Amino acid sequence: MTARQYKHRVVITGMGIVCPLSHDVQGLWEALMAGKSGANYNTIFDASTFPTTFDAEVKDYDVSARTSHPEFHAQGNRGSTFVVGAAAEACRQAGIDVETDHPTDGIDRTRMGIYLGAGEGSVDNDVFMAAIVKAWDNERHQMDWGKWAQVAFDGMSPVRELEQEPNMPAGHLAVLTGARGPTRSCLTACAASTQAVGEATMMIRRGDADVMLAGGAHSMIHPLGVMGFNRLTALSTRNDSPQTASRPFSAGRDGFVLGEGAAIVILESLESARKRGAPVLAEVIGYGSSADAFRVTDMHEEGRGGAQAIIAALRDAGISYQDVDYINTHGTSTSENDSVETKAIKAVFKDKAKSIPASSVKSMLGHLIGAAGAAELITCVLAIREAVVPPTANLHDPDPELDLDYVPNEPRKMEVNVALNESFGFGGQNNVVIIRKYRGD
Amino acid sequence: MDRRRVVITGLGAVTPLGLSAGRTWEGLREGRCGIGLIRAFDPVGFTCKIAGQVGQYDIRDYVPRSHRKATKLMSRDIELSVIAAAEALADGAVATRGTDPERINIDPERFAINLGAGLISCDLVELAPAVAAGARDGRFDIRKWGADGLSLVTPLWLLKYLPNMLACHIGIIHDIQGPSNTVTCAEASGHIAIAEAAAIIERGDSDIALCGGVEAKVNPVVMIRQCLVGRATSRGNDNPESACRPFDAAATGAAFGEAAAMVLIEGLDHAEGRGARIYAEILGSGQSTNLNPVYEHLEPDGAGVRIAIEKALADAGIGPDDLDLVIPHGTGIPQDDLAEARGIEAVLGASTSQVPVWPTKSMVSNTGAAAGAVDVVAAARVVTDGVIPAARNYERPIEGCRLNIVREPIETKVRHVLCCSYTYGGQTAAVVLRNTNP
Repeated sequence: MTARQYKHRVVITGMGIVCPLSHDVQGLWEALMAGKSGANYNTIFDASTFPTTFDAEVKDYDVSARTSHPEFHAQGNRGSTFVVGAAAEACRQAGIDVETDHPTDGIDRTRMGIYLGAGEGSVDNDVFMAAIVKAWDNERHQMDWGKWAQVAFDGMSPVRELEQEPNMPAGHLAVLTGARGPTRSCLTACAASTQAVGEATMMIRRGDADVMLAGGAHSMIHPLGVMGFNRLTALSTRNDSPQTASRPFSAGRDGFVLGEGAAIVILESLESARKRGAPVLAEVIGYGSSADAFRVTDMHEEGRGGAQAIIAALRDAGISYQDVDYINTHGTSTSENDSVETKAIKAVFKDKAKSIPASSVKSMLGHLIGAAGAAELITCVLAIREAVVPPTANLHDPDPELDLDYVPNEPRKMEVNVALNESFGFGGQNNVVIIRKYRGD
Repeated sequence: MDRRRVVITGLGAVTPLGLSAGRTWEGLREGRCGIGLIRAFDPVGFTCKIAGQVGQYDIRDYVPRSHRKATKLMSRDIELSVIAAAEALADGAVATRGTDPERINIDPERFAINLGAGLISCDLVELAPAVAAGARDGRFDIRKWGADGLSLVTPLWLLKYLPNMLACHIGIIHDIQGPSNTVTCAEASGHIAIAEAAAIIERGDSDIALCGGVEAKVNPVVMIRQCLVGRATSRGNDNPESACRPFDAAATGAAFGEAAAMVLIEGLDHAEGRGARIYAEILGSGQSTNLNPVYEHLEPDGAGVRIAIEKALADAGIGPDDLDLVIPHGTGIPQDDLAEARGIEAVLGASTSQVPVWPTKSMVSNTGAAAGAVDVVAAARVVTDGVIPAARNYERPIEGCRLNIVREPIETKVRHVLCCSYTYGGQTAAVVLRNTNP
């Protein structure tokens, strides 16, 4: 097979992350190598009576330390403040100037864009709930909207309301970097930031931009988010042991651990990276997207959609399944995902399925929802750079039905030339990105 | 190598002007206004009490029997999207698993969907009993809510409110297995979704796609947000039909509303291969962003709008003189209208006084993520029908605006239409349609 012909090759020239394990990429890698867990009891709101009392939070993060204009970002939603820090780190590595009207990095700002998989901001919960309590007539089963509006008008802040919109993190990044190129935000549930990286790659390939800040930003650690996932019984309820709760592919897995954060990769045309002398960390060679078109509530039992996305990405990259050295799975630690994902991998990788290391860093990182795919792509780049594959932690009781090489518990030294990153989302969204070691060719 | 051409072969719309693209276009041609007093809830206490609302429908009339049960999982945004999708497919003579399983005429794996969607607001009346169970002495107590309230929320609650569920339901009904995305760039979403779907077909990842935008903004949570931010007009409550006045000197703010609008697009080769009727070609698109830390407004010089339009024209390979119509975002918020006008004028240059500009929100209202797609549907009808309708509620230009707003309907051959949009939060987008009739 040969790769499809595009105008431009796309490489990664910078990375940045703010996540439960660290506020930078180096810290993330050290935590993953040490098998650390980002999970602990919920300190964002009082979840002590919720079915799930723990999560994986970004702790002790202060956006003011990441920007010289905190006044532009400090009121942002959690996703927006996280993404400012992640982008600042990524831009520093890539040699991109931020917060200046006169950049000297050689990048035309109208050729620099943004593509995020980003989620909603948290509702102003105190006012939101108080307004409902005040206005609801339980006997007549109706709302007094006048009362509701009064509480809402008195209590809600215009800026905080606007910051709930999912396109706000992209707006913050534009202000931070001065980017004037194509700027997009998508929200395909847990597959969103892999989609963002994939489509941003396509935009550079097509010639719509030279540089794209691509990635994700999300926090669903708010009362309505945790409630929603708890009602779906998607979250682990292992309240006596938060740090071992995320156990992808194990027999005792009982749901995912809700995380939060932001992750950014700088995507750049190879010509632009060479011209600027930017560090080339890896090349993005393939992207595939598909939909299950099956059921609102369930993944396709055989992983049809997941397999289609992997095949599409391999075809786009012009490589065979035999060329893949490492699979970074979606691996959420839900019963359904880990089983279906294993079937999808077997369907595509056939004879080689059991011999390709396929790990889930969600075992340590938690599930960053919209930001998950980009955070995990960064771990793929690190696996290539360090020649070590991160493990699936907490895998002490393997599910007999799941028999791939999930790299249990210990990192593994091995050369990684091609890494494949899988992200699957509620509603049957499947996105896959493939990267390859850059050898200077 | 020439790039693959992409054409529009089906239209679907559910708007305050009607439950179909045809009815919506009739409304626009007649200059009707779909904005009225809010009926969805009692807007007492809201500074803005008007909105553009969709008429009565029964969602069960629009889904196959196999999907009836799933209608219980549909928020209003999902319902509107399902109706518009069904129309666009029927209009494009496409048969799917959901419409005519005996005569399916496209490959599900080569079929994409790309929708602009809003932040779907939860139904407060649905949620309220559970919240009330969390009240202690008239105050919300999150511990009590966790213990006594959560179990009262329907288990699949979250699935009604994830923005990607619009594309998910439509994909399940019609068996759309190809690339699927949901763009959440607020009021710029519709154009971005259409541009991205066109790029997916152009590069060969699909042959055909449903794309557009959907948002149901007429609910207390969204309306109060726009009231608080000060974008919604507070001065039109006594005269809703003249309240929204894009580019007019007497404008006082926006009127929001609900809609779904979709276009069926496909590779020209694919459309010709199946003998599809072609409305117009998607000739190019462009995108940029504002750089304004006051995130709810455009920069005064409209630079983000200008750059998006410049990129769209370059992508289309045409110049400003080739444009016969511009459909702007035009919200009726004076400072944003003026900034957008400056951005458009900067591109049109000497042609500013010549090129007709036709804002639609005075009739349709600002339908958020649907807005850009509504305008693309309208643009497709403009080029096929050869008529540019008149702007509504436009009497005197806002001071400093030099745009040539259409005062009377114009019957003419329209070669190219430019549609542009922007949003709070910053993103800007523009799409160019070309008339494919000889």
